[in-house]
Amino acid sequence: MIPEFGHFALILALCLSVLLCTVPLWGAWRGNATAMALAPNLAIGILVFSAISFACLTWAFLQDDFSVQVVANNSNSLLPWYYKFSAVWGNHEGSLLLWILILALWTCAVAVFSPQLPLLMLSRVLAVMGFVGVGFMAFSLFTSNPFARLLPGTPMDGQDLNPLLQDFGLIIHPPLLYMGYVGFSVAFAFAIAALLGGRLDAAWARWSRPWTNVAWAFLTLGIMLGSWWAYYELGWGGWWFWDPVENASFMPWLAGTALIHSLAATEKRGLFKSWTVLLAIFAFSLSLLGTFLVRSGVLTSVHAFATDPARGLFILVFLGIVVGGSLILYALRAPAVSSRVGFAWLSRETLLLVNNVVFLVATLTVLFGTLFPLLMDALGQGKYSVGPPYFNAVFVPLMALLMPFMGIGPVSRWKQDSASRWRAELLVPAIATVVCALTLPLLHDGDYNLWVALAILLAGWVVFGMLRDLANRVRNASSLGTGLRRLALSYWGMFVAHIGFAVTVIGVVVTSQFNIEHDLKMSPGASDTIAGYEFRFLDVRGVQGPNYVADEARFIVYRDGREVVRLAPQKRRYLASGDVMTEAAIDDGFFRDLFVAMGEPVGTDGAWAIRLHYKPFVRWMWGGSVLMALGGFMTVADKRYRRQRSVARDTLRQGEVRGAQA
Amino acid sequence: MHPVRKQRLYLVLFLVFFSTAAVGLVAYALRGNINLFYPPVEVAEGLAPVGQTIRVGGMVVDGSVQRSSDSLEVRFEVTDYEAVVPVVYTGILPDLFGEGQGAVASGKLDENGVLQAAEVLAKHDENYMPPEVAEALEASKARMAGQAAKQEYAQ
Repeated sequence: MIPEFGHFALILALCLSVLLCTVPLWGAWRGNATAMALAPNLAIGILVFSAISFACLTWAFLQDDFSVQVVANNSNSLLPWYYKFSAVWGNHEGSLLLWILILALWTCAVAVFSPQLPLLMLSRVLAVMGFVGVGFMAFSLFTSNPFARLLPGTPMDGQDLNPLLQDFGLIIHPPLLYMGYVGFSVAFAFAIAALLGGRLDAAWARWSRPWTNVAWAFLTLGIMLGSWWAYYELGWGGWWFWDPVENASFMPWLAGTALIHSLAATEKRGLFKSWTVLLAIFAFSLSLLGTFLVRSGVLTSVHAFATDPARGLFILVFLGIVVGGSLILYALRAPAVSSRVGFAWLSRETLLLVNNVVFLVATLTVLFGTLFPLLMDALGQGKYSVGPPYFNAVFVPLMALLMPFMGIGPVSRWKQDSASRWRAELLVPAIATVVCALTLPLLHDGDYNLWVALAILLAGWVVFGMLRDLANRVRNASSLGTGLRRLALSYWGMFVAHIGFAVTVIGVVVTSQFNIEHDLKMSPGASDTIAGYEFRFLDVRGVQGPNYVADEARFIVYRDGREVVRLAPQKRRYLASGDVMTEAAIDDGFFRDLFVAMGEPVGTDGAWAIRLHYKPFVRWMWGGSVLMALGGFMTVADKRYRRQRSVARDTLRQGEVRGAQA
Repeated sequence: MHPVRKQRLYLVLFLVFFSTAAVGLVAYALRGNINLFYPPVEVAEGLAPVGQTIRVGGMVVDGSVQRSSDSLEVRFEVTDYEAVVPVVYTGILPDLFGEGQGAVASGKLDENGVLQAAEVLAKHDENYMPPEVAEALEASKARMAGQAAKQEYAQ
């Protein structure tokens, strides 16, 4: 009964979404306030029914209801309860339901937290989000129903969750990633609503900006977690593969990064309005394209779920409607909303423009590399694949080009600035940067590495430029503490995010340059030394997990004769599916990770193929990404948005009181 | 020139310069870094280039996987049931690699027609077949069915 209940709730949510994307829009057109005021209530209703639907599927997983097809295919009675829970979105149908739930959450959040928004604007924004909801709910119900039953023929036990997905990272990675993906639908909805109304002003940017920042921050965290998961679970120590599915999440991030910077210029200076709208459309279209690439199976990827061409076609049509429709609307309305504000050649506006151009070009090159195999296949030119060297060759120079401008950005002024002022401001940071770039690589014993020096040069430039700006801002305060406290949270957000970017760059370059990897055949008792760490292989023994059996190798790592850590990588065989999986053992540290993974047994004397890694600074990469995300969240807590939210809370409370009275 | 026009001119010049540089970079990067997929039958017919990075995929032939006893070198064969391509790889194979399973190897073909693989891919999901391999197998099946029909017709 429960799964049918969930199915029914999803159908109701679809019906409400159809109402949401028609009635308020009609109301906005005819000036009917009652119809428009329906929008927030519909949004809440959609959230309630989506949540019921999601809860029903979760219940089916937790209760081992193997008569439900997705449960039978993706769960097992031996699975620990927390993986049963995450198995809900470890498959195509369930992850789509998660997508729908998160979209409902965002829609409802917009409805509840935007009382300062004019009703006309709010109803349009919610209607656009309702339209997106209709697309995804119809997709779920018509092509991939999560509640389909296996009756008769209910299996005794499920086929188990893919072992790679039985991991803590996979419990939180998809929800965070989807929060980001779907969050861009809010920016998109604001852009479309503004186009519909023909009014694009600084107020519009101020409404749209916190939502975009939060979505971007979630996406940053989601991508970072995906990379971290790949590192220890799948990648044999790799952390980014330029795999189509990774690119699918990375492209909206790149476009979103351009968008949050362009929104800054729009809010502060009323500039680049049409451009910002276009970027918002672009970012969300890339989210949809990502979904299409992942769900349709048109590209070979390590992430592919079981796929189905009908699903691909559905998303492609939906993508066509969304992109085509919004671009037509843009073409019709954008000239009416263009701006007439000038700015000088040397100004913060120009630097933000550079940011936008670089990120847009980066997005397009990644897009090109991702779609190139599809294009060639469609033209009958053969089955190509575009490998990581292409992406690295294009992406790395682009980011290197960006960072010199990034250092100047914070100290620069709006509207007009001068080269002489920049010179005066940045002389000290420049000297500090060069000193760091010349000396810091020397700390690494071995040859002086030019790439690392270059990375330190660029990252140091960004960091010292930021610090210079901070020094300028607190200079006039009575004490350092009051000066720091007086700074707006949105400023701190930028500060933290930019520092985070520099930290990530350092992490990526240092770990790529100084990474040491040994693949070798090791017998128990043998040892191997990398970067001064001696890995001694003790023995292999059998261990038993809740739903797997494993061979576990025991290693002790010594440095200068002293024990550093004991590591125990495993080779697991999962009982239900018979899948074999490698569980690496990692000793993490601020400056280095030590990584051991088992290949397979070699020969007859108990020897194994073993991979040993020494990875310096690899944590910096993810740490920097967390800082970037943190920066994104901080900007939203800024006073100028907080005021609006306290108002929102009051209205919400009044609403509750009124609801209670009714 | 009017300052606004001048500014626009700079902007356009900047955009043109920048996008040209980006396109050049893309073209340069693409040239060396894309590789084409060949089904085993095309490799056997000598259609695949020697000494250039390509990908070859198919089913791993049962009983063909041989591990060296003193290093991580592995030899195996992939087939589309029409032709067989021998592959040599040194390193750790992915977990889902196995005899009778689909796999894709990327590397360079040597003069003896052996693929010196730098990378071997097998997929996450054991039910899931790399699309290229699935298509190659399908094509081979269709050709063989065609030949069988022809032979029947001849008799």
